[in-house]
Amino acid sequence: MPAVSETRETVEKLAKSNYEWGFETNVEMDLAPKGLNEDIVRLISARKKEPQWMLEWRLKAFRAWQEMSEPNWAKVKHPPIDYQDAHYFAQPKKKDGPKSLDEVDPELLKTYEKLGIPLHEQEMLAGVEGAGQKTPVAVDAVFDSVSVATTFRKTLAEAGVIFCPISEAIIEHPELVKKYLGTVVPVADNFFSALNSAVFTDGSFVYVPKGVRCPMELSTYFRINARNTGQFERTLIIAEDQATVSYLEGCTAPQRDENQLHAAVVELVAMEDAFIKYSTVQNWYPGDENGKGGIYNFVTKRGICKGDRARISWTQVETGSAITWKYPSCILAGKGSVGEFYSVAVTNGHQQADTGTKMIHLAPDTRSTIVAKTISAGQSDSTYRGLVRMQPKARNGRNFTQCDSLLIGDQCGAHTVPYIESRNMSARIEHEATTSKISEDQLFYCRSRGFSEEEAVGLIVNGFCREVLKELPMEFAVEAQKLLQISLEGSVG
Amino acid sequence: MSENSAAAWQALTGRAGERAALLGTEGLPTRRVEAWHYTPLQSLNGIAWQVAPALDDAAVKQRIDGLNLPTHDGLLVFANGRFCKGLSHLPACMDVQEYGDGSAVQPLLAGRFSAGLNAALRQPGARLHVPVGKDAGLIVMVSLTEGNGVSTHLHHSITLDEGARLTLLDIQLGEGQYLTNPQMDVHCAANAHLSHVTKQVESREAARLAIVGACIGERGNYDSFTLNQGGVLARQEVVSQLSGSFSNTNVNAIQLVDGSRLNDLSSMIHHASPDCTSRQTVRTVLSENGQGVFQGKILVDQIAQKTDGYQMNQALLLSEKAQMNSKPELEIYADDVKCSHGATVGALDEDQLFYLRSRGVLEEQARDMLVQAFLLETVELVEHESLRDYLLKALPGHV
Repeated sequence: MPAVSETRETVEKLAKSNYEWGFETNVEMDLAPKGLNEDIVRLISARKKEPQWMLEWRLKAFRAWQEMSEPNWAKVKHPPIDYQDAHYFAQPKKKDGPKSLDEVDPELLKTYEKLGIPLHEQEMLAGVEGAGQKTPVAVDAVFDSVSVATTFRKTLAEAGVIFCPISEAIIEHPELVKKYLGTVVPVADNFFSALNSAVFTDGSFVYVPKGVRCPMELSTYFRINARNTGQFERTLIIAEDQATVSYLEGCTAPQRDENQLHAAVVELVAMEDAFIKYSTVQNWYPGDENGKGGIYNFVTKRGICKGDRARISWTQVETGSAITWKYPSCILAGKGSVGEFYSVAVTNGHQQADTGTKMIHLAPDTRSTIVAKTISAGQSDSTYRGLVRMQPKARNGRNFTQCDSLLIGDQCGAHTVPYIESRNMSARIEHEATTSKISEDQLFYCRSRGFSEEEAVGLIVNGFCREVLKELPMEFAVEAQKLLQISLEGSVG
Repeated sequence: MSENSAAAWQALTGRAGERAALLGTEGLPTRRVEAWHYTPLQSLNGIAWQVAPALDDAAVKQRIDGLNLPTHDGLLVFANGRFCKGLSHLPACMDVQEYGDGSAVQPLLAGRFSAGLNAALRQPGARLHVPVGKDAGLIVMVSLTEGNGVSTHLHHSITLDEGARLTLLDIQLGEGQYLTNPQMDVHCAANAHLSHVTKQVESREAARLAIVGACIGERGNYDSFTLNQGGVLARQEVVSQLSGSFSNTNVNAIQLVDGSRLNDLSSMIHHASPDCTSRQTVRTVLSENGQGVFQGKILVDQIAQKTDGYQMNQALLLSEKAQMNSKPELEIYADDVKCSHGATVGALDEDQLFYLRSRGVLEEQARDMLVQAFLLETVELVEHESLRDYLLKALPGHV
């Protein structure tokens, strides 16, 4: 789902869609040959005009990746992935790079239009009907791996915030990138993060300096556009002491036949008293009704609360992708730091999701909260997998975890796999999980008030997810509710 | 695999002979094996586990006399993996039946290391059979192991025909640095009721890999309670399958972990039929450098509609060095179910302590009281009165 498109029109479009965003744009692509080897890594680095240190970093990751094998512990099934049968670099062809939006390939603009992004800054502010005074949102749109336009650069620059494609940051702010890239998710952390480190093409870079509250919500969204191109996004967000930033990530992908691999890495660094809020609405193509096609979403997201009293909050609404493998985590290294994870995962059709979080408490007085809501319908499988670890120094650490699963239909599965490890006696961990179906009483109540069965289910599901949805920024929350309803279409009756 | 060359592996595969294939090829499970992540067996590698020598009946009798057993209707004694016929007796309504490897429990335990080890080195254990409609009362089974560097692998099987009842007190104890690896196959036919209380007080240096597989028929009940207290590394594994509709299983346990010991309760409750219920309460008290492990899975098949499953595991950490690892797991494929689990880990409640102290109770006593209260609730789940009293006596500080 795109960031802000709560116009009537979009809503109508959403309501009738099976998968509304299933179109494909014909923009001439600059494709690297299929396959993955050191030459491809060198090619990507050269195309991005990267400095030598970056190339070396990539090569190190590539060599580590070659030694690793694909993880197999997640509760997902898929045919083996041939990593040599994909293009690792695809760039929309452009002449000298657009100076303004007028120069941008009209096809590209059309795609944005279909997505419902008013890219022009003025329209961005005023474009939403009857919205009144809206909080401005800055968009860094990623069109198949290359950021095409970034808005609001000026306002942000005045506040001292750096918000740009990471490829640009590597060239313009190498000292920052060098200092933080790979510190939260080391290159060889896991199979997919190593792959990403070797071949990532672009992503976002955010730096919020000391004491600055970012003047607007930052937003990026990704589209996978060309056939057979895996997309490897890399995001790095740094909030210095007392800085605050809220970042939105939303995504759509065109409909296609072949499974596509998406292995993103997101790293967050929060210093003393800093607050990073990272919200995701993920609605990639889940495959058709027979489970064919769809995106493989193997993501590594991790944040570190480095400074005392730092806070990182992950909120996610996962409705898309054929397979989701995603565990946004918090390392609570600063005294009194706080980690939060709010998640709604909806699976329908033949989707599979194995998602959850890790809360690693390293320091005293650290707190974490996990609220995970899982909804399974159709023939899908959904798993919550989470780890809470209190290390010996996590004196007075606190964790509260709540996992609730809702099953719709008898062909689906919902699973909960929490790992709870305590090495400190004064730490307190509480975990609860429930699994149930929609109660007949609630359904009957809604039906007796004149709602159709599908509306009633939508209403109940939204109620079930309320605790999570309320954590989303306003615009996102509205869309997420609609999305939930759409995702469950065809699952009842 | 480096473990393959370890002394333990060589000795065990050597003893298993042509059954060595049942052990697999991976060696003793390491941390990398998911099911053994919190209880890796590397510490057993260095010892060439030998067959335990026979013990003298008189010495065994002395040990049993010291146990202060509750009044019972039958007694079965095993010493170092051998049945002590002279010390055992059974009630008239029971008989001893031969049970082959083709029992219904085998597939339940497939792929589980403890069961594989037992299958490879199996020693004949109890073969109990309670006929239709009979109540065999309380039977006590004592398994004593003594020696260093020796291992026993008893295989018991308990069969309850339709409507039969049995209460089994299963006591396991010993002296020395040994390894015990008992397996018990349980078959509860329709309306049968087995109450199985395990009191595990093995030597503090012993390793223990115990496994129980239970198949429960329609309206049957397998009610299990484990006091997991001994061994330097001791896993009690319970796999309970609700195969008939309206059946019930309870898999409760108390773990008392002190010193540098590790106690592990791993369970799998498999709802394979509709309208079944399962209940589980596991409480662990950890002191000194103790490590506690709880892994509990509730699996609900697609056919098992109207399942009602509940699982609670709580751990009390009494020392800075103690650690607890829990992994409660739900795997659910049916939609009309009510399943929940809860887990807590923490220290004693300061408010409760303060309350007791303000009423003049000494700090140490107050702590003991709170620990006892924490454990008492679980022991009270044991229905058999004299057994409950017997267990209470084993708790720290005698409630």
